[in-house]
Amino acid sequence: MFTILNLVQPDNLEEAYQILADKRNNTILGGCAFLKMGKKRINKGVDLANLKLSYIHEKDGFIEVGAMTSLRELETHPLLKEHYNGVLPQSVRHIIGVQFRNCVTVGASVYSKYGFSDLITALLSLDTEVELFKAGRMPLGDFLARPKERDILVRLWIKKTLRQATYLSFRNSASDYAVLNVAVSKLDNKWTIAVGARPSKAAIAVSASAMLSQQDPTLEKIEEVAQRASEELSFGTNTRGTATYRKALCKALVKRGIMEVLSCKSN
Amino acid sequence: MQIELTINDKMVKWDVANDEFLADTLRSHGLLSVKKACDTSCCGLCTVWIDGKSMLSCSVLALRAHGKKITTIEGLPKEAEEFAQILSAEGAEQCGFCSPGFIMNVIAMKNELVNPSEEEIIHYLTGNLCRCTGYMGQLRAIKTYLGVA
Amino acid sequence: MKSVGQSIRKIDGMAIATGKPVYTEDLAASNALVIKILRSPHAYAMITSIDITKAESLEGVECILTYRDVPNQRFTLAGQSYPEPSPYDRLILDQILRYVGDEVAIIAAVDEKTALLAMKRIKVEYEVLEPVLDFEQAIGHSSVVHPEEDLSVNFDIGLDKDQNITSAYHEEVGDVEAEFKRCAVVVEDVYYPQAQAHTMMETYRAFSYLDHVGRLIVVSSTQVPFHIKRQLARALQIPASKIRVIKPRIGGGFGGKQTGAVDVFTAIVTLKTGKPSIIIYDRKETFTCTTSRHAMKLKVKLGADQDGMIRAIDMQVLSDTGAYGEHAPTVLSCVGHYTLPLYNKTRAVRFDGQAVYTNKMPAGAFRGYGATQGTFALEATVNKLAEQLKMDPTELRLKNISKVGETFLTGQGVMLGSSSLDRCIARGKELIGWEGKFPRREVGPNKVRAVGMAITMQGSGIANIGTASIEIRLNDDGYFTLLTGATDMGTGCDTILSQMAADILEIPMEKIIVNAGDTDTSPYDPGSYASSTTYVAGTAVVKAAEELKQKILEQGAKLLGVSLEDVEFDGLGVRTDSGDKKISLVKLAELTVLGDGKLQLVGYATHGSEVSPPPYVAGFAEVEVDRETGKVDLIEYVAVVDCGTVINPNLARIQAEGGIAQGIGMALYEQVRYDEIGKMATNSFMQYKIPTRKDVGKVQIAFEESFEPTGPFGAKSIGEVVANTPPPAISHAIYNAVGVRENRLPITPEKVFLGLQKQ
Repeated sequence: MFTILNLVQPDNLEEAYQILADKRNNTILGGCAFLKMGKKRINKGVDLANLKLSYIHEKDGFIEVGAMTSLRELETHPLLKEHYNGVLPQSVRHIIGVQFRNCVTVGASVYSKYGFSDLITALLSLDTEVELFKAGRMPLGDFLARPKERDILVRLWIKKTLRQATYLSFRNSASDYAVLNVAVSKLDNKWTIAVGARPSKAAIAVSASAMLSQQDPTLEKIEEVAQRASEELSFGTNTRGTATYRKALCKALVKRGIMEVLSCKSN
Repeated sequence: MQIELTINDKMVKWDVANDEFLADTLRSHGLLSVKKACDTSCCGLCTVWIDGKSMLSCSVLALRAHGKKITTIEGLPKEAEEFAQILSAEGAEQCGFCSPGFIMNVIAMKNELVNPSEEEIIHYLTGNLCRCTGYMGQLRAIKTYLGVA
Repeated sequence: MKSVGQSIRKIDGMAIATGKPVYTEDLAASNALVIKILRSPHAYAMITSIDITKAESLEGVECILTYRDVPNQRFTLAGQSYPEPSPYDRLILDQILRYVGDEVAIIAAVDEKTALLAMKRIKVEYEVLEPVLDFEQAIGHSSVVHPEEDLSVNFDIGLDKDQNITSAYHEEVGDVEAEFKRCAVVVEDVYYPQAQAHTMMETYRAFSYLDHVGRLIVVSSTQVPFHIKRQLARALQIPASKIRVIKPRIGGGFGGKQTGAVDVFTAIVTLKTGKPSIIIYDRKETFTCTTSRHAMKLKVKLGADQDGMIRAIDMQVLSDTGAYGEHAPTVLSCVGHYTLPLYNKTRAVRFDGQAVYTNKMPAGAFRGYGATQGTFALEATVNKLAEQLKMDPTELRLKNISKVGETFLTGQGVMLGSSSLDRCIARGKELIGWEGKFPRREVGPNKVRAVGMAITMQGSGIANIGTASIEIRLNDDGYFTLLTGATDMGTGCDTILSQMAADILEIPMEKIIVNAGDTDTSPYDPGSYASSTTYVAGTAVVKAAEELKQKILEQGAKLLGVSLEDVEFDGLGVRTDSGDKKISLVKLAELTVLGDGKLQLVGYATHGSEVSPPPYVAGFAEVEVDRETGKVDLIEYVAVVDCGTVINPNLARIQAEGGIAQGIGMALYEQVRYDEIGKMATNSFMQYKIPTRKDVGKVQIAFEESFEPTGPFGAKSIGEVVANTPPPAISHAIYNAVGVRENRLPITPEKVFLGLQKQ
């Protein structure tokens, strides 16, 4: 069981960051679902509830998502349903249940860089930037590659474009963690193929994505691209599946993802 | 720490520990409809409303209930009885342990969705596990309740 | 005013659905000591030293018990009729620990936080021994799970503990080897049904206290209050008369609560401290420290004539009973008992099985109780036979199934009293659309749909052993009290038994008060297992109600001053045939209980049956398989049930739907898994996936009523039989879809994928 000695609800981000930086066992409190299952002894728990970080709106050509936005809000917000073929709502809708998604935050989901994350894979296929309090704003891919650091994820910036995207996940049963997940997106003739739950965290299949630059790829070309994606990325074995199986799933899901995107009508 | 909240339309002041979760707080204050069944935020049995939204009380720190409006099934006697009658007419309450959390989510669904399809109903309620009924009887009851085919 | 056959709502339905505080934890005293258990981190170890001094000195700690503080009398936690077929292989706390999670110390404190803090302060040193983890390596393993000399059995169950054999069972009629030689077609295969977790929503819990005469009262979420009482008496070495066990509303059991997991801990703490105490297992303990279904290896061989008559069946079974042998012998024998009688055109059958000890969480009772595992193996083999014979699998069943009035080889001459299995098969075929769908059809570039089927049987109570008593009392206000030891775990037996009593007494159900599950006041009942309540307790209800009705008539005649032949009872009162004299039931009750009558009327009956008439299910599955990924989507499942007369159609239907869902879980999603050192990996709902409502697809239930002459109103049972068909029906459908035969459950997409790769 985990313990929290003190709980603070700062009124501004500077204060929140100061407390976090102050001691190793001071922690930002997200949805607490995972914290609950651990044995962490938290000195000061920092609740960001007063910082008005629960919102989704358009700003300066981006869709801005505050870190305290729940996954359920992300799932139901009209802005996100209308953009990118609704890929973000698609990506979170299989996670446990509505009540769970009401309890879990976007910030915690992205900051934790969990391998099994559905949301990170979908975000990675879009033009997503994260804004950290100390380290500033950077592309999601850069954030994922950085070593673990103590910072506060404040908001996400997703570029508002006509990018079409789709999200697929393979699960052994409906509310399980994905064995593998895939997000495929296209803007003009540039494609992005992201694969996650490998079981490690999401990564872009760079070479495969680059292969797909033409307007109307043939089925043969699509299969070739899917094959390349499954070869350029690495996969591992855990209780939910073997590396070999994940590789085969990658090929199948990437192929299907590309075909789904091709069948989207452009806005 | 002391929190102020509205519980089932009644304003109260409760003393809670920093790492106390709302489910335990509610049960310790006599709201025994709230059940804990999984410890890993998976089953939905602890579902209550926080400001009208279905949430897992086992995963919400009690301190976060400060200033909020909490509703348990004890606070919805008429609505709960209405659906419980239909559920029990199907025989679909069985052991009853999952029922209160389930009913909270069903009423929340009714408030949120307009004319949901079967698929939408099933999707909304996926987070409510049941081991007794196989879910079919619950679905029949919901369709009767919503007046859909 | 008929109640039987009506979909009457459960009498406790509204209270439990709306969250009224009627479960064990809700009823406990708020100051009850909280009990936590320190558990072994090793699969097989001996405690070499244990120091509780630092823990004991913590403020708020009331008592800490180790193996030195408990009685030295071995017992069983199995909820079975005495003398139990179970080995007496348990101590409340043992110096030897036999699985990861086995109890090392009992801590009782004023609250949970204190108990957990105290637990951290207990210092234990272990001598770690080599565990027996693979049940196929258990026999003759260098490690003996139960080396103790004081392990005992009530009668021979084939125990050979030095070989790690808990029980052995052998049965044969005729010469199977000779018959196989004569058969035109012989098929065989090996099957591995897995260990399955019950995952009842209410975890195990019990609380206890001492009453005003110093008796130990235990309030428990249990299926077997009378067996718990007896277990506690032996384990604690106190007379059973000093113990009372009460069962309130419980949140499911499925057989898990047929083993006494927690009661002995609260009982001993209360005895030692004199204070009320409560123990609640969390979900992790429920997964890892109670019981699961027996994992098994089954080898089935079938021989048939060219025209499809099955002439010989040979079954060899190895059953993994884990660290303790509670239900080992009975589950083992049920594998054959509830499968072999399905097909009675055989000339020879043989069953040979062993249950072995391993250093894992014990296996125990789980809905189906051996029939589930046996059905998977036998039906999968029959389907294989059908394919070899190029015969429709439903036709093969219809040719071979036992019919009413017939006997079967291992049945000792008992004739089948009722069956509509042939109609179940025909109706199931129709409902799933078998003709157009068998075996498969392509539905897309990589998707194929197919159907599969299986049949199953179970028992209704345990012949000659299961006994239930019922008392029905007429109260002074004209209401009746029905006293029963039967344990409603949500299934609705309180309601069903009232329905039966109401029909016999010709009264509305509302006039019956059910008082159940209290060993002080209830007449004896084994509890809810072995699918007994409707059939055994139900018959006792019928008998008791008839006796009471007769007494009401006699009293009525006496009070009216006429002879018995001249009166009749219509539920409202007793009147002469001509109608000129009558007395209301209310008045009669008042007079007999309070007034001149001086005779409180009671009907009482005990019933046990010499037979255990089988209910049947024909199950049909339609699946869609994705060739690229191996994903199996369950499109539809049809189950047609013969439970005799259906006492309450809604409750029966929900039982069937729930059982099918558990079977679907066993077929496709669930598995109890251990790691290399014997620690259970599947210790939460995150890792152990029971079906969600998205996973079950569309389940359709139909009933084909038969009439069982020995059953109340013609009823048999339904509780367990409904869990057995999904694994073989679904595996059959998958095989028909893509030619992958997967005999190790669950059939995960990766297994299907690998099977496809091998082609």
